[in-house]
Amino acid sequence: MKLAFELETYKSEVKPTWCPGCGDFAVLNALQHALTELQLEPWNVLLVSGIGCSSNLPQFLSTYGFHAIHGRAVAVAEGAKLANPDLHVIVTGGDGDGYGIGVGHFIHAMRRNLDLTYIVMNNEIYGLTTGQASPTSEMGMKTKSTPIAGVIENPIDPIALALSSGATYVARAFSGDVKQMSELVAKGIEHHGFSLIDALSPCVTYNKINTYEFFRKRVYDLNKEGHDAGDLKAAFLKALEWPVVQRDRIPLGLFYRNDKVPTYEDLEPAYKKGNPVKQPLGVADADEILKEFL
Amino acid sequence: MSLPEIVFRVGGAAGDGVSSTAESFAKMCSRSGLHVWTYSSYQSVIRGGHVWTQVRGSPEPVLSHGTVPNVLVCLNQQTMDVHQGDILAGGAIVYDSDLVKPDPSRVAKGVRLLGMSLRKLAQTITPNAIVRNTVALGAAVRLYEIDFRHVESAFQDIWGDKKPEIVEQNVRAAKLGADAVDRAGGSLHLGVPFPEEPRYLMTGNEAVALGALAAGVRFHAQYPMTPASSILHWMAAHGPAHGVVVKQVEDELAAMNMAIGAGHAGVRSMVATSGGGFCLMVEAIGQAGMTETPLVAVVVQRGGPSTGLPTKTEQGDLNLVLGAGQGDWPRGILAPRHTQECFDLTAKAFNLAEVYQTPIVLLSDLYLGEGFRTVDKLDFNVPIVRGLTAADGGAIQGRFKRYAYTDSGVSPRAFPGTRGYQFVAATDEHMENGELISDVLAGLPEFVEERRKMHEKRMRKLVGLRKDMPPPELWGSANADLTLIHWGSTWGPAHEAILHVEEEDGVHVNSLEFPTLFPFHADETLRILKGVKRTLSIEGNYTGQFARLLRAETGYQPTFSFPKYDGEPFTWREIADKILEVVA
Ligand SMILES: Cc1ncc(C[n+]2csc(CCOP(=O)(O)OP(=O)(O)O)c2C)c(N)n1
Ligand code: SF4
Repeated sequence: MKLAFELETYKSEVKPTWCPGCGDFAVLNALQHALTELQLEPWNVLLVSGIGCSSNLPQFLSTYGFHAIHGRAVAVAEGAKLANPDLHVIVTGGDGDGYGIGVGHFIHAMRRNLDLTYIVMNNEIYGLTTGQASPTSEMGMKTKSTPIAGVIENPIDPIALALSSGATYVARAFSGDVKQMSELVAKGIEHHGFSLIDALSPCVTYNKINTYEFFRKRVYDLNKEGHDAGDLKAAFLKALEWPVVQRDRIPLGLFYRNDKVPTYEDLEPAYKKGNPVKQPLGVADADEILKEFL
Repeated sequence: MSLPEIVFRVGGAAGDGVSSTAESFAKMCSRSGLHVWTYSSYQSVIRGGHVWTQVRGSPEPVLSHGTVPNVLVCLNQQTMDVHQGDILAGGAIVYDSDLVKPDPSRVAKGVRLLGMSLRKLAQTITPNAIVRNTVALGAAVRLYEIDFRHVESAFQDIWGDKKPEIVEQNVRAAKLGADAVDRAGGSLHLGVPFPEEPRYLMTGNEAVALGALAAGVRFHAQYPMTPASSILHWMAAHGPAHGVVVKQVEDELAAMNMAIGAGHAGVRSMVATSGGGFCLMVEAIGQAGMTETPLVAVVVQRGGPSTGLPTKTEQGDLNLVLGAGQGDWPRGILAPRHTQECFDLTAKAFNLAEVYQTPIVLLSDLYLGEGFRTVDKLDFNVPIVRGLTAADGGAIQGRFKRYAYTDSGVSPRAFPGTRGYQFVAATDEHMENGELISDVLAGLPEFVEERRKMHEKRMRKLVGLRKDMPPPELWGSANADLTLIHWGSTWGPAHEAILHVEEEDGVHVNSLEFPTLFPFHADETLRILKGVKRTLSIEGNYTGQFARLLRAETGYQPTFSFPKYDGEPFTWREIADKILEVVA
């Protein structure tokens, strides 16, 4: 069977401006594969991002996009999804964008279990602003903004945070394995509810610690080791393996998935009238509305 | 101005039921056909404090909450202490004789002192005396000779559906109050005529919500903040039945960004807040300007700076909305003067936002937003104009030129979901097709030119926007000795002051007012100003924020100014006194 949409269909004529070797190329690639596999109509996909090297991603795809301000991509995406629940809304950005300035929106979006897919290109550094510490930088890491003692704060654990906030699909991928990443992304898009894919995506220019090498030595596929993604408690235990408790084994794969939780869309009373963007404007029963004021 | 009218004041501590008493009373007035205007003074406390509300009802149109009352209800001693000196001769003070003592030396001659044991009377109906304030309300109804059936119907509306026994209790309580008045000499015989043709009663905030609904809002996001919260409350209760997604979100940053996302997706979307919340929205509002996303933002002002006076009114946020967001971007700022205009301008704001694809701010305030006022029946048949959109299905070479250069500055929009028009809206500076010129291209000669052209394209929208926004108005006699300059909710007290000084003092004054604050109608304003003599600028802030805008746009400096920043709204008496002072 010939595919209606080839991989090429999803590429835009804008060429990525990332440094050669940047982990974000793999994420772009994985996303294109996932879209192709799912055969999503490009015009029904909306990619929303914030600001950062990683947040440039929507520019390189031929779907609809919204390149928002720093840290607010999730909120913009929520508004778009609520206005038109038929769209496939995917949020992409960096760890600074999502786990730093935007962490509040991130947590609340997960609580809502809105049907969004969020891919965070986690390079444990601020790339675009030339190498300051990020909320996921390791303790002790020396950066432009932590030149003396290194980072003296604990890193955020995105997986544990997502599990405790109510995300219903939580996964970690690595730019060194595009195949696994595209599978995790595709399943995340398919999942009915909030899905997080924390994508370990090395910054080859500013992060000299968390390199491809670093990850290759430590990553393993947790699903192959028999982890049950239906078990929330087991997922928490796996989440704690890295980065907070120990630094030497990094689980990749699907930590948790729950398809039984109702999504926000299932519960929103306004949708009884249908998709908001398709509603005719104007009010038919003005007298009824005005009654309470008489 | 000549017919007798009702000016009713009720006061007590928070938790005494002052606002529900006043609201019920206002409803009884509007149902008996009076024009109504209320003002509530309260503090940011849940219990205690000193809360009072004034309800003015008149067979003739009213323009403010008036000055001194003819009936005062005191639910506690503090109310008596603060207000007993205000009551007009011929009026009455109703008070709880178990708790409150008047000081007759401070009460004007000819004011009836009606002490009644509100608690004991209420206890004859229910042991917990919860209907204490209703007994007092019944007394006021009888003093003013309001038809008792309005009491019954008002209670029926409030509790009828859920708790018929509460309706019955309250009606009996009100009767006890009325009977007490009869025993103590009967009504005041003020002779207020009641037209008995019910009028619509609502707050400015409710009128904003209704205007948005009429205009087809489909997404509303808000974080609670006084005095804007009642917009959220009305929307949350009524919006979903009309297909409106109404969200109380985690903060104002989320509200604004979500509304932008919703607007981008193609629905009419709105946020509402007060100054402090708008400060947080400022981060994102320029994003709507840059991505050319339509949006309506309602700012209901309270006293500032910072958290300031949460329950008091001010007009101090004009500079904030004028300067919101870094850089230049085309914005529209509207300022409703009265409740009807809250409805009209909100509905209009949605058209302007979509036609010009940019944020429109509606600048209201506590006095207007929270005060109950009567309006004529609102017409929900508002025009709906959605502006330029791209057609479905057309083939596009490369990326759709979402930001195509046009003479009007407005380029056709395409909603996500439309086949063939995929583009990326970017908050970074971009080209006609949305591609960024911010990173690798910025600074190259042709992109310097591109940035200039794109920026000019956006800013060109101001020309059309100005034309489509309501111009300044000169109200009152053509040949006045003095012209008032004001904006927003000062409208009512200013007009009333003018009517008084013309009638009573023979001073001719008119009024120049501005439903649009930005883009400024400079030519029109100068044309009007050429024809006036001296001017008095009246504003609810310290620095004269509007006067400064006027000077910046026209070079005109008002002759006199009258600032107010104590948290209280202007009264017509204050304005009248100021007029007499400056023309003397
Ligand atoms: C409000 C605001 N603060 C700061 C910035 C500057 N800034 C741009 S990108 C960025 C951080 C980027 O880091 P990350 O999200 O991890 O993305 P990366 O570039 O590493 O992919 C910062 C601080 C901004 N654009 N806006
Ligand atoms: S600076 Fe780092 S994150 Fe940015 S493009 Fe280069 S490698 Fe990628």
